[in-house]
Amino acid sequence: MFEIIGERINGMFLDIREAITNKDPKPVHAWAVKQAEAGAYWLDINTGPVASKEEQVEIMAWLVKTAQEAVDRPCAIDTTNWAAMEAGLQAHKGKALINSATAEQAKMDVLFPMAAKYGASIVALAMNEKGVPKSAEDRCALAMELLVNADMNGISPEDLYIDPLVLPVNVAQEHGPESLEALRQIKMLSNPAPKTTIGLSNISQKAPNRPLINRTYLAMAMVNGLDSAIMDADDDDLVETAATASIILNQSIYCDSYVKVFRQR
Amino acid sequence: MAVTIIKERWTSKVAEEAFGLAGIKAGGESTLPFLQFEGEVPNRAVTALEVFDMEPEDYPAMLKEAFAGVMNDPVAWAKKAVEYGADMVALRLMSAHPDWKGASADEVAATAKAVADAISVPLIVIGTGIEEKDGEILPVVAEKLEGKKALIGCVTANNYKSITAAANGYGHNLIASSPLDINLCKQLNILINEMGLPLDRIAFDPLVGALGYGIEYAYSIMERARIGALTGDKTLATPIVCFVGQEAWKAKEAKDPDVAEWGPQGDRAILWETTTATTFAIAGGNIFIMRHPESVKRFNAFIAEAMKSNAY
Repeated sequence: MFEIIGERINGMFLDIREAITNKDPKPVHAWAVKQAEAGAYWLDINTGPVASKEEQVEIMAWLVKTAQEAVDRPCAIDTTNWAAMEAGLQAHKGKALINSATAEQAKMDVLFPMAAKYGASIVALAMNEKGVPKSAEDRCALAMELLVNADMNGISPEDLYIDPLVLPVNVAQEHGPESLEALRQIKMLSNPAPKTTIGLSNISQKAPNRPLINRTYLAMAMVNGLDSAIMDADDDDLVETAATASIILNQSIYCDSYVKVFRQR
Repeated sequence: MAVTIIKERWTSKVAEEAFGLAGIKAGGESTLPFLQFEGEVPNRAVTALEVFDMEPEDYPAMLKEAFAGVMNDPVAWAKKAVEYGADMVALRLMSAHPDWKGASADEVAATAKAVADAISVPLIVIGTGIEEKDGEILPVVAEKLEGKKALIGCVTANNYKSITAAANGYGHNLIASSPLDINLCKQLNILINEMGLPLDRIAFDPLVGALGYGIEYAYSIMERARIGALTGDKTLATPIVCFVGQEAWKAKEAKDPDVAEWGPQGDRAILWETTTATTFAIAGGNIFIMRHPESVKRFNAFIAEAMKSNAY
């Protein structure tokens, strides 16, 4: 079943930043509940850029604990600060999602063992020191590196969420079809196949009518094997597009209330 | 290098449902039927023998023989069913059917109560099959059976409201019935659940056909529902009820006594019912409503073998 990773508990947003500053759990609770009710499976947790690296450690643990007080949902611990990552994993109940590794060996050598240690799933981006590859083939070559490194750490492909990386359509139009093709090929890399994910909102950065671009790309990506997306769970049309695409793709069994059922899990 | 066996990793399981005061359980499996090497199969298939609340006229002679002397007394018939080893008794309230006797709701409810009080196993109560009539009588039966944790059915999209409200209020479970249509089946489970009855108190009846009479359609539906349940579809993760007896004994292969080339009826009739039941057990059925005690015995022998763990 398609997994929505709700992007809203992020210090980049003003209300969450203030909640962090004032140690006020209410906005975190509210967004945890709202996203879960809208159909988010994972709650992405990101401290945002404001705090210092040292402060982020404690803030991450607090955000994870606070979100899970409100709803019984697993979190995606979204940070590039490894100490904050570990603090988030320690504070987490259930199976967490590490967000994210890349195909840089130094990162893989830290984060895959961490995923194994905490029994967590992990998002891994198909990019390395050289940046984001342009072609689907090069993205897949990096995906294979990720898969092999995950396997060497005893992480099942089903716990690995490979992100082929989506770039804004208004500045990097040629990447759109390459990411879609990469999704299709990533699903053929192993059996069981790795999972796939994307940071959906990136496709529409700085473009007008972002929701339209987001939901169009989401449906196209799902056809090509997208299993999850970090996205705006508060966008009803977007969630309903995911629900409808999963029905049309025969991923869940049709019934008249399928949108409601999709949101309920 | 050691060979790693690929196993399916399911993310969810079938709801475990309990009936009666003895706490007989059905469902709860976290893998496809009998694949113990991939998951848990905590409960064996549950059997029920059918009892009519008045003597059915066109009953096959073989069934009449098995229940000779008790068929005009539902309490005695039910006791006989328990004696034969049925895990549950399925009481069919046919006397309320306008073409049978047109009995009132109070009359059939009194019979249901008398049967429930006389047996130690959980009771299944089946209506007439006429949606409107069942919508009238089953709520009254549910009230009368308060505290018995019975399994009541069959409710359809057209009569579920009154019966669901009563089942919920008086602590019973429901059989939701949809005509060989997985989408309607899922929708009906949702509608019943939305009225407040938890999903682990619903079992669904996909309206199965017997061997030779469309068994493969019901098989595919059950298999699809089970795969859905194991991959996280909670609305289809309810135990499955199979009305094996009523279907198998409709087949001419089971009920025709004089077809020489088919061999003796005593063998083939039992085989027809048993084979229909075992097929549905392999497809994912949980509760088997049957008619002949010998079929139950043979079916249980199969289940006993299939329940031996093949985990490694």
